[in-house]
Parts: sequence; structure tokens; C-alpha cells
Amino acid sequence: MWDVSVIAELGSALTETLFLKGYNTRLVVGGVTFLGATAGLVGSFLLLRKQSLLGDALSHATLPGIGIAFAIMTAMGITGKFLPGLLLGATITGLLGVLLVLAIRRTTRLKDDAAMGIVLSVFFGLGIAILRMVQQIPGQSSAGLESFIYGKTASMVLLDFWLITGTLIATTIATLALLKELTLLCFDSNFASTEGWPTLWLDIILMALVTAVTVVGLQSVGLILIIAFLITPATAARFWTNKLTHILVLAALIGAISGWLGATASALLPGLPAGAIIVIAAATIFLFSMIFGTARGVLPRYLRHLKLQKKVGRQHILRSTYEILEDTQGVEILKNIPIPLEALRKHRYWSKGELSKLIRQAHAEDHIVRRPTGEICLSESGFGEASRITRNHRLWEMYLITHADIAPSHVDRDADMVEHLLEPEIVRELEKALELEKPVIESPHVITT
Amino acid sequence: MTWTTTDFHITTVGVLCAMACALPGTFLLLRRMSMMGDAISHAVLPGLAVAFLISGARTSWWMFFGAAVAGVMTALFTQWISKFGKVDRGASMGIVFTTLFAVGLILIEQGAGNVDLDARCVLYGALELVPLNMVTVFENYEMPRAAIVIGSTLLFNLAVIGFFYKEFTIASFDSGLAETQGFHPRLMHYILMTMVAVTTVAAFEAVGSIIVIAMLIVPPATAFLLTRRLPILILLSLIIAAGSAILGHLTTKAIPVIFGLPETTSSGMMATMTGIIFLLVWLLGPQGLIRRNGTELEEPEEI
Repeated sequence: MWDVSVIAELGSALTETLFLKGYNTRLVVGGVTFLGATAGLVGSFLLLRKQSLLGDALSHATLPGIGIAFAIMTAMGITGKFLPGLLLGATITGLLGVLLVLAIRRTTRLKDDAAMGIVLSVFFGLGIAILRMVQQIPGQSSAGLESFIYGKTASMVLLDFWLITGTLIATTIATLALLKELTLLCFDSNFASTEGWPTLWLDIILMALVTAVTVVGLQSVGLILIIAFLITPATAARFWTNKLTHILVLAALIGAISGWLGATASALLPGLPAGAIIVIAAATIFLFSMIFGTARGVLPRYLRHLKLQKKVGRQHILRSTYEILEDTQGVEILKNIPIPLEALRKHRYWSKGELSKLIRQAHAEDHIVRRPTGEICLSESGFGEASRITRNHRLWEMYLITHADIAPSHVDRDADMVEHLLEPEIVRELEKALELEKPVIESPHVITT
Repeated sequence: MTWTTTDFHITTVGVLCAMACALPGTFLLLRRMSMMGDAISHAVLPGLAVAFLISGARTSWWMFFGAAVAGVMTALFTQWISKFGKVDRGASMGIVFTTLFAVGLILIEQGAGNVDLDARCVLYGALELVPLNMVTVFENYEMPRAAIVIGSTLLFNLAVIGFFYKEFTIASFDSGLAETQGFHPRLMHYILMTMVAVTTVAAFEAVGSIIVIAMLIVPPATAFLLTRRLPILILLSLIIAAGSAILGHLTTKAIPVIFGLPETTSSGMMATMTGIIFLLVWLLGPQGLIRRNGTELEEPEEI
């Protein structure tokens, strides 16, 4: 049974979280949201550079730094859990790890994945070994150190919040200032280096940004789940747009939304680990984007493919019909007479099923009329369309023969690959280039029926 | 430093585990999928959690089964996302394993009250506790239970690779050719992934996932710098893996003493030792940085 007080409590928790009433809630939700935005921004560059897993290597490589910093600070007599010190240690070994990945890649036969895997596993192993040692230092409580591995969102303090905000600002400034350079690096690093851009330094700057995000995110979401923050929002954004600036904005937005959702959900359900909720929120957005994303999503791409397939099918059947008409009558004055199905089927080696599907489709579009005798006939609009398509096909063939030196006997197949995409402007340009403006063009090669 | 039977048992388990990992690791390396080892070893967490919640015991066939399923799912999802979504393979791997890991964390957290399985033991393992769990074999000889589990995994891996050696080789070097010759490179891929998952689980309980990731990747990568022949590559990986495990345990006993600290975890040090051996080969090996600087122009980089 639901007690009234329980509902009231839940309701007040809900309003408190949604309207960011409590100081702590505001801090955590705000911090994680900003962190998501920053990670999305930086992660976009990583994704386009095809280096997403570098975040993985890097975040594991921060662990020995945390352990060493703890040991040094303890030896110096200050508290081992002084956060800026720990984060400095994390940054140093994190950067060292990334530099090693770059060095292994540049100097050995080993590929990216092996280089990252080596750094990741060795640094992580070393980190665990060091943590185990320093945890046994007498007189020091090191209980919180493991929260760096799994994250402890609720323990976020004002300092974390300012670190995250600072990183967000720094990242935004760096992105704006180096947008052109980083874009070039992501899309064609070889071109960038031949143009004299210092690609190594640009890579290092990018890695420094990734390190900054990873390190400030360590304590709040943990070193394994920060990887998701770096990869997932950027990959999700990629499905919606092909423009880099849009990807950056969208990735930051998706990161922020996942962070906000995750932090809010875990504030409402304190039993659940916030980092994991954030990852699952981001993964849900990713899945949605992968299916529905307008630019590269699976469903829109499939629909576009179907549409193109339909267009190609229509053009094929109309051109075949037209060519058969030409074949039986000569090119000069073409009468639109019915032709038997079998002739059409042989013309392109269609199977019966394929052909009847194409005819059904062309019939629905009013291009073809079925005759009771079993023959088919082009409609008036179909005849016009067919002559236009055939003419385009031959224009393109002529162009390939005269300008690309393709043998007339081979040109049919080559023309077939492009003709479906010919826009009216291109057709006009072809006419001009070939000085062919007459309404009917003869085929440059023998049409085999 | 004294060497006891306990140390012998810990080292044995470490060596067996290292070799069991290095075998599939070699083929992962050749297929440029080393990071798959890392991904799978994180992603088996939900499989373990579900299997544990169903069976209620920490060691059972359920755990193997759950982890193998989770491992193959990681490979499948990664494949699907990169194929259907046209996403870079690294990115899709990252998304899949972090999500599965998160699901695993939540499952464990939910069952935390009555569950004796925490993410920490998955990560660190308990190599130090290996000698506490002994079984008697051959009537009177005592052996750590973990050694039997991992030893059988090693034998299993050896058998699979021995049996499919030709298929694995051709699928790794030229999957197009393998396809035309009827060798089913995709089937080989999933067999490899299952092997990685099963090895990961077998090693979890005793040595934790750190050592698994390290042994899957680093020894084959080190051997790769030393040879271009596959049989030698496999042999060298096994030797390097075993050597790192032995050195790892030795340094575990030696190093903390230098700093006046108590002992640390062997699995962490074993992983570290693979790194140190790699570093040495990278710098001093036949194609190492130091030697190559003088002869850079004489040797062609790639064939």
C-alpha cells in the first residue's frame, strides 16, 4: 500500500531535483551536465580522428598517477586525498600513457589497437599494484581512492564543479580557436602534414583536452564510464548531420542531456550508481539516433535506398520498352504500340517476378498501361519519360566515348551507373559539351535484344 | 625473501593463466582487434551478474555460460553497429562495452544485499587467496582449484587453436581469401571471441581481469616485434607471458620491501612486468628504437 507520506516525499524529491532546489543537487546535476557537454565536444574530434578508444587507454593510464600522488603526498605529510594533487598525478600519467601510444604507433609495426591495449593494460595493472601498496600505508585513510575506478557522483564538491566548468570553458575556447586546424587533422591528417601543419602538436593538443576531460570526470563518473561519455554522444550526433560544427554542438547537447538525465535519475533513485545510469541514458540516445538519425541513421538510409531502387527500376523498364519500340520500328518516327511481355523480359534478362513487380510499379505511376492481350503499352506520360530517359542515357554514353575514351561496346554498363543521378542541369551541360541538341539521339552502340 | 609452496602455487596459476590468454591474444593482434580483449573483459560483467543471480553460486557452469554469451554479444553488437550504422569499429566497441558494463554494475548494485559478487573482485581477482582453495588430485597430491580451472582452459585453447590452426591463420591474414576457400572467417571470428570470453571468465575468479587484458595484448605484441613467422610468434608469446607471470610474482615479493611497504597484488605486478618486457624489446630488440636509429635507411619498413 502506498502511504501518503511516501508519495509526498517522492513528490518533493522530484520537484527538488527537477527544479534544482537543493544545493547539493544543483551542484551534482550541473556538474555532470557540463561534464557531458565537454566530453561530447572533445569526443567528436576523437571520433572523427578514428581514435575513440584512446579515451579508454587514457582513462586507465590515470590510475598509477593517482596512486603515486597519494603516496607522495602522504610522505610529505599532507593528507593523501588532497584532490588537486591526485588529479595532477592522474594528468601526468594519463598524458604519459597517450604519448606512449603515439610513440609506439610511430616507431613500431604495431597498429593502433595494440598500442592502446599495451598502455591501457600495463598502466592499469601498475595502478592497481600501487593502489594496493599505498592502501596499506599505516595511519592514512585511502578508502576513497577506489571511487576513481567506478565513480561516486554524489560525492561531487564545489571544487569538482569549478574544475568541470573551467575545462568546459577551456575546451570551448580551444575548439573555437583551432577549429580549422582540428577539422583538417580529423579529415585528412596526411594532407595537413604536407601542408606544413604541425600534426603531432595538434594531436597532442587534442589529447591534452581529452586528458583534461577524463581527469575532471574521473571522480564523478569513474574511469571506465567516462569512456562512454567521450564516445557515445559524439557517435550519436554523427547520425544526424554531416557538418562538423553541427556535430560538435549536437554532441555537446547529447552529452549534456545524458548527464542531466543520469544525474537526475540517480538523485531520485539513490540506490543506483549514477555513472551507470548516465551511460545507459547516453546509450539509449545513441540507439535512437542510430535508427532514426536523419543523415546516417539506419532507417532513413534504408528508405533512401528503397527510393533510389524504385527510381532505377522505373528508368530501366521505361528505357527497355523504348529501345524495343525503336528496334521494331526504326528511330525516325516512333509510334507508341503495345509490346509483348516476353520481349521486354528478354531485353534485360529480368525474372518473371522482377518484371511483374516493375510493371506493377510503373502502372501505379501511370507510365505503363496493361493490355488485355497480355501485352503492355507506354502511356502518354510514360512515352515522354521513356524518351527523355533514353536520351539522357545516350548523352552520357556519347560523353563517355568522346571525353573518357571508353570503348562503345563497353559504355552501356558504365553509363548505367551514373545516368540515374543525372540532374537536368548536367543534361544541359552534356548537350552543350557534345553539341547535340536534337530531340532524338541514336544509340552509339548496337543494342542487343 | 623466502619462496614457499604458496608462492609456487600462485606462480603456477599465474603462468597458466598468462599462457591461456596469450594464445587467443596472438590471433586478436593479427586481426587488429586487441582492444576486443579489453572490451570483452569488461562486458562479461552483466553475464556474470545474471548467471550469479540465477544460480546463486560464484563458481558454476552458469558463470562460464553467462560470460561466454556476454562476450559473443559484445562481438556481435560491435559488428552490427559498425556495419549497419557505418560507425568506426573502435567507437562501436567502446559504446557496447561501456553500456554492458553499466548494465552489469546496476545488476550487481541491485542484488548487492545478498550477493557476494562485487565489481572489485572481478577486477583484482584474488591471486593471494589461490592457495586457500585446494583440491586433492591423484589421491594424495594437493593442487589449487584455480590451477585446474585455468589449466583446463589453457588445454581447451590449445586444442581449439591446434584443431583450427589453418583456418585461424588464413582468416587472420586474408579473410577474403578464406571466404573464397570456404573457411568461414566469420565463424572463426566468433570462435575466437568465445575463446576470449571463456578464458576471461576462467581467469576472473583467481586473477582478475587486469591480468587477462594485459596477457591477451602485451605478450603477443612484444613477440610481434621480434618475429614475422606465426609459429614462432605464438611460441614467443607463450614464453613472454609465462616469464612475465614469474617475474611479476617475484617483484611482488621484492619491491614493496624496498619501500618498506607490505606486499602488493601479484596480478597488478604481473601486468606491469609484461609492460617492462615490452619496453625492453621496443628499445633494445632487433628492430628496436636504439638499433634502428643507425640503420634506418637500410631496412624497408613494410613488405
